[in-house]
Amino acid sequence: MSQPTTSAKIDAARVAHVAKLARLSLSAAECERYAVQLTQILSYAERLRRAPTEGVSPLSNPNDVVNVTRTDEVAPSIGVAAALANAPQKHGSSFRVPAVLEGGA
Amino acid sequence: MSIDGVDIQPIIGLEIHVQLATKSKLWCGCALEFGAEPNSRTCPVCLGLPGALPVLNQAAIEHSIRVGLALHCRIATRAKWDRKSYWYPDLPKNYQISQFDQPLCSDGHFEFKHADRIRKVRIRRAHLEEDAGKNDHENAAFSAIDLNRAGTPLLEIVTEPDFTGADETREFAVQLHRLVRYLGVSHANMQQGQMRFEPNINLRIRRGSETFVTPIVEVKNLNSFKSLHAAIEFEIDRQAREWRETGETLTRGNKRNRGWDDVKLMTLPQREKEESEDYRYFPDPDLAPYEPSPAWVSAVREDMPELPVPRTERFISEYKLPEQDAPALVDDRATADLLDEAAACGGDKATLGKQFLSFWSMHANARQTSIAGLALAPQRFAQLANLVVEGAVNATAAAQLSEALLSDDRDPREIAQERGWMQSRNADEIAAWVNAALAANPQAVADALGNPKKLQAARGFLTGQVMKISGGKADPKVTGELIQKALSGASAPNAAS
Repeated sequence: MSQPTTSAKIDAARVAHVAKLARLSLSAAECERYAVQLTQILSYAERLRRAPTEGVSPLSNPNDVVNVTRTDEVAPSIGVAAALANAPQKHGSSFRVPAVLEGGA
Repeated sequence: MSIDGVDIQPIIGLEIHVQLATKSKLWCGCALEFGAEPNSRTCPVCLGLPGALPVLNQAAIEHSIRVGLALHCRIATRAKWDRKSYWYPDLPKNYQISQFDQPLCSDGHFEFKHADRIRKVRIRRAHLEEDAGKNDHENAAFSAIDLNRAGTPLLEIVTEPDFTGADETREFAVQLHRLVRYLGVSHANMQQGQMRFEPNINLRIRRGSETFVTPIVEVKNLNSFKSLHAAIEFEIDRQAREWRETGETLTRGNKRNRGWDDVKLMTLPQREKEESEDYRYFPDPDLAPYEPSPAWVSAVREDMPELPVPRTERFISEYKLPEQDAPALVDDRATADLLDEAAACGGDKATLGKQFLSFWSMHANARQTSIAGLALAPQRFAQLANLVVEGAVNATAAAQLSEALLSDDRDPREIAQERGWMQSRNADEIAAWVNAALAANPQAVADALGNPKKLQAARGFLTGQVMKISGGKADPKVTGELIQKALSGASAPNAAS
């Protein structure tokens, strides 16, 4: 897990990088502004990091439950028409999207 | 291997995606069905619609743990689910639910035989994750997306880089394929992409006292043993060549992905998206961790079948199967179970083994099924085997009887008697056949008596003649004794001259 490094200083380049990964289109000015704000948020998180957590296991889920499962049974699907109802474009029974090249991810 | 004065040692690790044979998807109840109309097996969960809540399929967990136990893995006491973020049209949520730092199974190993050696490969981990949908790029102008496959449970098995060549990597893949089918956790249909391989390959090159390590290449999404083998061979050669030309060695961040082209028979660089490896894993807040109880894991362990590799060894020693034939019998678990059951019914093991490999396999093949698929009770196999052992019928009659058993429910002995297939052990009857055979073949008798070099062949010939005259009914052992007796009583026509 890529934890923010201690006393992370977020600069505009880093904001631009994360924005790219998240497919967000930010202007240079926005990157500058968010860099300042995110650094503030992270420095607040820094204070939390100093809390004594020795012997406390990391919490990955706020609910104190485990083993929520279902039996392996088939339930009805919603049908092609409903599945495609929100699609901006269709091709037969498929979603139609701009051409992508193989091996993208 | 040594090429042009440098010593080249391939280092190969393997990632294997195995589609689990559940009825429904990993996080929702949509059916798993290959070839259904696009998007007809989808719902808000696997379409990634807002507000949908995934719920874990219990069978997928059980299948994963079964594999983990078979691979001698440590089963996690606590496993959690993480989101692996990337953008691709076949991934509707823009993240894949996977397991990052707490996989269900870890630190195992698998042993198999290759080139007369026992190879032990370490298993780093096996974790459960969901598959993405399918892209259809047939039309150049756009891509068509089918999300029927999205949310299919996959077990990703990762080995340590313990392989040193293409042959043994392929053999491991074959054995793993056999294993998951044996465990009943995957159909592992290669044509349908239910088992896919991604080898990581690089080379350790020694030249004099210097050592170089080439950049790691991961070959993506191979779906046959043949392409797995060919891709590894190609990469070993390509990396050696590239190292000679560029001298580039492994550094942080120069690992590359390549794809295998089945037509050109070569790996090709894949278009790398900048920063595509930045998956920003984080725990999925929608999903509760899973803690398999030790009692349940023990119960699953108790329920494990004997695994193919040890079972093959046992079959070779117990049923006296030839080493090259044993795997075929073991591979179909129902047939292998049937053989054990027939033996448990008192059937002679060596004879059962022989008959399974000969006429029972033949009947199964002719009917395009397995021996188990012939649907005969185990004691039927035992009865027939034992008729041969006690000498009541010979091999030819046994083969005929086996055919008869497929449509006749009676005891094979009764059928054999009715059809006149029982062997005769009546000395008088056989003596008459022997005398007839000797009388009809004076030259063979002369050879047997006069020429020690021809004795063996002549006796064999005479035995054959007795079988012919008796219609195969003469017991071979009694026949042999009576021929011997008749010959020693006869005078050698040539002996005096």
